Amino acid sequence: MSWDAVQEVAGAVLLLLGAALCLTAALGLVRFPDIMSRMHAATKPQSLGLLFVLGGMALSLRDTRLLGLLILIAVLQLLTVPVAAHLVGRAAFRTNQLRTDLTDPDELADDLARAGFHRGSGTGDRQTDDQTDDHTPE
Amino acid sequence: MTAVTVIITAAVIVLVAAAALSLVRMVAGPSALDRAVSADVMVAVVIAALATEASVNQHATTVPIMVVLALVGFTGSLSMARFVAGQDASGNWEAPKSWPEGEGPR
Repeated sequence: MSWDAVQEVAGAVLLLLGAALCLTAALGLVRFPDIMSRMHAATKPQSLGLLFVLGGMALSLRDTRLLGLLILIAVLQLLTVPVAAHLVGRAAFRTNQLRTDLTDPDELADDLARAGFHRGSGTGDRQTDDQTDDHTPE
Repeated sequence: MTAVTVIITAAVIVLVAAAALSLVRMVAGPSALDRAVSADVMVAVVIAALATEASVNQHATTVPIMVVLALVGFTGSLSMARFVAGQDASGNWEAPKSWPEGEGPR
């Protein structure tokens, strides 16, 4: 087997592995119970799957001029996925979509409770006793 | 049918399955944030599909499209998370707040 053929097969295998990781991400998206755990599935295997796919493409095409652009795609993807996940997680927390029966411990809720705010547990009722609390730590 | 063709065909089928599953979550997601996350996954699957097609047909003309998708593909889920009101399973709408009640931006 020539070196070119080995690289082609290795590229195809990397493509398959990357596609399988993207399938893992989508499968976790469907099967996990709430928004926070779905974000675990949608960010981590997705990024690694994309890295594998780009590596497989680099091995299949064997063009050194492409390498810079593919590294740029990987870096951009790794930079933007945590930003989106952070903002989605923050919006999910603030709109009471976090299922507290699946979350243990919830340190942010403890901090907020000490400051005088109480969160509901997924039913949409949010009580804030900022006017009645005297803001003393417990 | 060479080994490379079989492997790449399997990769394409797996990518189609991944796109279909994230479409299921986009349709069924109880809140807008679930749909935002599944849109993010779909953008990544599209980038992977473009890379697979480029390696099958041995060209690199779609690489700038992949760069642009990786750069701005997350703005959909980002703007949905920032501006769309959250809706929980019981159907109560509540706008997201960026700071605690009674205080302004620090």
